[in-house]
Order: sequence, then structure tokens, then C-alpha cells
Amino acid sequence: MFSIFKIMSSMRRRSEIVFLYACSTFVALLLSAIIVEAVGANWTDVWNSLLDGSLRKPGRWGKTLGSAVPMAMVAVGTIISTKVGLINIGQEGQMLVGAAFAAYVGAHAPGSGPIVICLVIIGGFVGGAFWSGLAGALRYWRNVPEVLTTLLLVTVAANLVGYALKNTWLLLDPDAAFGNRALVSKQLDPDSRLPRVEIFGNNFSLSVILALLIIVLTTWVLSQTVIGFKLNVVGENRRVGQRFGISEVKQGLMAMCASGGFAGLAGAMMLASGDFAKYRLVTGFTVNLGWTGLLVALVAREKVMAIIPVALIFAGLRTGSSFLAATGVERRVTDVVQGLLVLALLVPPAILFIRDRRRALAQVESRT
Amino acid sequence: MGFFEAIWDVLSTETAYTAATRFAAVLVFAAVGEWVAERSGTLNISIEAMILTGAFAGAMGYHWTENALVGILMGMIAGLIVSLVQAQMSHRLTADQFVVGLTLNILFLGVTSFLYAEWKPSSKVVSKLEIPVLKEIPLIGEAFFGQPWPFLFLYLLVPFTWWLVYRTRWGLEVRAVGENPQAADVSGIDVNKRRRQSIYYAGLCSGMGGAYLLLGQVGRFDDGIVAGRGFIALVAVIFGGWTLRGTILGCLLFGSVLSFRLTLPGLGYQLNSELMSSLPFLVTIIAMTAFARRVRPPGSLARPFVRGLK
Repeated sequence: MFSIFKIMSSMRRRSEIVFLYACSTFVALLLSAIIVEAVGANWTDVWNSLLDGSLRKPGRWGKTLGSAVPMAMVAVGTIISTKVGLINIGQEGQMLVGAAFAAYVGAHAPGSGPIVICLVIIGGFVGGAFWSGLAGALRYWRNVPEVLTTLLLVTVAANLVGYALKNTWLLLDPDAAFGNRALVSKQLDPDSRLPRVEIFGNNFSLSVILALLIIVLTTWVLSQTVIGFKLNVVGENRRVGQRFGISEVKQGLMAMCASGGFAGLAGAMMLASGDFAKYRLVTGFTVNLGWTGLLVALVAREKVMAIIPVALIFAGLRTGSSFLAATGVERRVTDVVQGLLVLALLVPPAILFIRDRRRALAQVESRT
Repeated sequence: MGFFEAIWDVLSTETAYTAATRFAAVLVFAAVGEWVAERSGTLNISIEAMILTGAFAGAMGYHWTENALVGILMGMIAGLIVSLVQAQMSHRLTADQFVVGLTLNILFLGVTSFLYAEWKPSSKVVSKLEIPVLKEIPLIGEAFFGQPWPFLFLYLLVPFTWWLVYRTRWGLEVRAVGENPQAADVSGIDVNKRRRQSIYYAGLCSGMGGAYLLLGQVGRFDDGIVAGRGFIALVAVIFGGWTLRGTILGCLLFGSVLSFRLTLPGLGYQLNSELMSSLPFLVTIIAMTAFARRVRPPGSLARPFVRGLK
């Protein structure tokens, strides 16, 4: 009897969750449609050109995959750091530093072909991990809130890379320096780029497959191994961690470095895959993908697998936006849609949390 | 040319002070509001969005009416709208305040740049108001009393905020809520309501700051107009050790650092512009590292309050 009741209530709860999510997504899309209509365009046109730009026109879904990869990598990193209860919001900077390390390695590493590719990717990871590791170290050494340091280091990273791009001994391409004085780094050699795969007229780089592997691997590590378990214990209750002999500092630092490392990896992949800026590092290289990746993680809510669909949707909005010019709507409208979607998806879990809290309190009060 | 000589050159030039206060003014507007929000326990990072939307609304208001006062009022309203979303999401629905703030920053960057491309408001810097006698003070007279007239709002806003936080019941409750929400709750204060209200105050102030940025300093809107000023204002509050005095000092300091990019080349000094742009952030990180144990933040800063949960 009791178990049937339990199953019934869990089913009811699940349908409630689905209902809430559907409602809030609908409201977000409705608001976006209203904005589009308000500037005198037609929302079905906008929808169609978004679909054309991200999926239907030849060669477009390869591009969508290409911009989904960095977002997904950033999101993987973010989920790792939230697992231990740290808030890293500086992925944009970590990504840029990672890309800068990768570009430096790519320009200076000896050897050829596959070895350089591996070094470039590793360099990206190390760069990102270094940048977030700074914030992590300050957090545990002097108790400086990591939310602030990661955020502040974004601007510092942008300026640092800007400086590196002005100096030949760091990143600036010596040939470009004499030519039109463009601030770009040396182009990766053709044999040290990530190979591109071609399917049905769409081509995308190998980074897509690499990213999929990393997502699957991270899911496994976080849910099935001791490493993931330790992170989880520290995140849930650090007192318990202490009793178990799990060092909070060690786990926290590790998670922080991993989280920045994946952001840096995203930067390195952007550099080596050629979807952005033709295998060169330029100013403003990360084009807000770090922030978007962070949003992906927020929507995916600690579920690594959920990153894949969310990243694809956000990447679709991004690539689709370049087809919007024909409809007469400014392409920035996709940023609005994206923001509204994220905001809307924050609501259902919050509502459920509050309701559960109220019910629990009411129960306690009725007992006394 | 030695280092000290350079410092003396800057300290003895009137334009250096004028530029410094011009940059600092926006920071003060925003930081005063942010200070109230942080005293109530919210680390409000959507301040960037509030300034940006305030600036955009200021441009629209000026575009429609050619009246700067309307622009500033609209800026305040726009800041209030952003703060409404932030407050309702983070202190009614208990969504994470950083998550909400970050999303709002991105959302309103999209909204303003989208609307700007659609409506293209035109605006310009408003006229200066020079106060007769005070303006004649050497060096700092022009800096404090010869600025575009909305600057004068600062002389009202800062004392008012001080009075509001330290001399009213509301302010006492706000501080109590930031220090120990459990105790405040038991003594009958609606914790989340006070926190929401202080975020509204932050929205009003930063919206005003945004409108000032547009009408008193830059003149034309574009989507990169804020350029991290919101974060610098947030950082000034921390740098000032969560006191109003320290916050304003922090704003003046960071304002002068920002203005060096303009004033130093004029005096014939070359400097590394990247280092200058990142200096406020580096200084804050170093200051937080050095004084982290000596300065005490509000007891429950950035911790959400849900009754019955610690």
C-alpha cells in the first residue's frame, strides 16, 4: 500500500517538474517573440532563419558543432568546481589564457605533427589551470572569496593577452608585425592542426569527438570513481570530509584547477580546430564563449550529460544568428533569447525548493 | 624623469584631478548602492547590467525629450527594473545570486545592444555647472565643483545614504540582516524583504550612475560603454572594507587609476596601457589578500537566507 503511494507521489512530482519547465520555457519564448514583434519583424521568419543558419543550410550544422565544443568544455569544468561547492565565474579569462599558452606552445614547440597537437592541447589545459589555480590558492591560503578573484582575473587576463599580442617575444607573429601591424599570433602549421572530418558536406574538427569523449569520461569519473566521490563529499558537507580524512584544500584546489583547465582546453581547441580566427590568436579571441559556456553549465545543473543538448541549442542560436540579417532583426536578439531562456530555467528548481521547505516547516509546526 | 617627479607632475596638474573625479563619479554612484546591498548580505554582481541599462535608458530619455533630468530619471527606473529581476529571483525564489547576476549581465547586454541597434538614440554630454566661489579653489576646485551638473547629485546621494543606513530604523534592519539573518528573523524582521529593498536601492543608484556615465562623461551610447565599471565599483566596496568612507576612497583611487590612461600621455609620460587597465583589479586582489583577515565583511555576505536553514 505504502509503496504504491510512494510511487504515485514520485510520479506526480516528476510530472510537476516537467510541467514547470515547460511553462517557464514557454514564457521565455513568448517574451522573445513579443520582443521580435515589437521591432516590427515576424517571429516565424526569425525562427526559420535561425533554423536555416544553424541546421538546414549546407555546411551549417558542422559550424554549430564547432561552436558547441568550447561551450561544452567550459561547462564540464564549471560542473566540476560546483561539485566541491566553489563558484568559478572567470572561465572567459581562463579560456583566453589557455588559448594564449596553446598559441605560444604551437609557435615554439619543437617536433612536428601529432606531438605538437598534443602539446598545444596540454598547453591550453595548463594555462587555464594556472589561471584558476591562482584564485583557488588565494581562496585556501588567505580566504579570499574565489567568486571575486575569478571574476576580476578575467579583465587581467584580457589585458595580459593583449600585451602578449603586442610583443614579438611573446605571441605576436613576426611576419604580421612588419605587414599591416595586425595584432595576431603566428598561425599554427598545417600539420599541427586538429584534423577535420567531413560528413554529408559538413565538416568539423576532431575536437568534437574529443569533447564527447571528455564528457563521457567526466560523467564516469564523477559518478563512479573515488575521485568523484571525494569531491562530492567535500561539496556536500566538509565536516564529513574531515572525519573521513579527505582534505578539503586538496580537493578544492584540484577541482579549481580542473575547472580552469577545461576552460583553457576549450581555448586551445578553438585555436587548433580552425572554426575561429583561422588558427591564430587575435584580440577578443574568446568571443564571449566562456560566458556562454558558464550559462550552459548553469542550465545543465550538475548533470554532465545534460551539457550536450544545452550546448547544442546555445550553439545553434549563435550560428543561426548570422542568418538573421535577411529578416531585418538585429542579430543580438539571440543573446536576449538565450538570457531569457537561462533565467526561465532557473525558476522551476527554485519554486520546488521553496515549496518543499514550506511543507517541511508546516509538518514540523503541526507536530508541535 | 624619475618616478617621484612623475607623481609630482600628476599631483600638481589641475586636469589630472578633474579627469580623476570624472571617472570616479560613476563609480561612486554605483558603489554607494552596491554598498547598501552588500551590507544587507547580497554580493550584487548584476550591477554591471544596472549601469548599462541605466546608460541606455538615459540615452533614450535624452533622445526623446532633450532633457537630461528625464534621462537620469529614466536611467534610475531602468536600474530599478534590473534590480527587480535580480531581487525577485535571488531573494524570493532563492536562486543563486551569482547565477542570476551573471545571467542578467549577459541578458541586458543583449537587450541594450539590440534595442540600440533598433532605435539608435542620439545624445550628448550635458553642460557644466560651475559653482562660483568654490570653483576657484586651486587644483581641486574644478574637479569637485566644475563638473557636468548631474555630478551635484553625488553631494546629496552620499550623505543621504549615510543617514539612511546609520540613522534610520530601516538602515539598522538592513545591517542586522546582513550580519545575522537568523537573529534578525527571530526579532521579527523580514530578512529577504530588507535584502530585496536594498537591491532596489542599488538599482536606483547604479541606474543614476549609468545615466551620469552617458550624459556627463561619454555622450554616446555603445554596448561597451560600461567596460567593467560595475565590477570596479563592487571591488571598491570590498576595498573600502564595507564602510561608506572606505568605499568612496576606493572609488576615488580607482577613478584616478582609470584616468591615468588619459592624463599621463598628456603630461608626456609613456605607460603600459594594459597594466593601467588591469591595475584596479590587481590592486583589489592584492588588497584582499593582504587584509583578508583584518577586515571583516558583513557576517552573512553572499549567503542566502531560508527560514529554518543555516
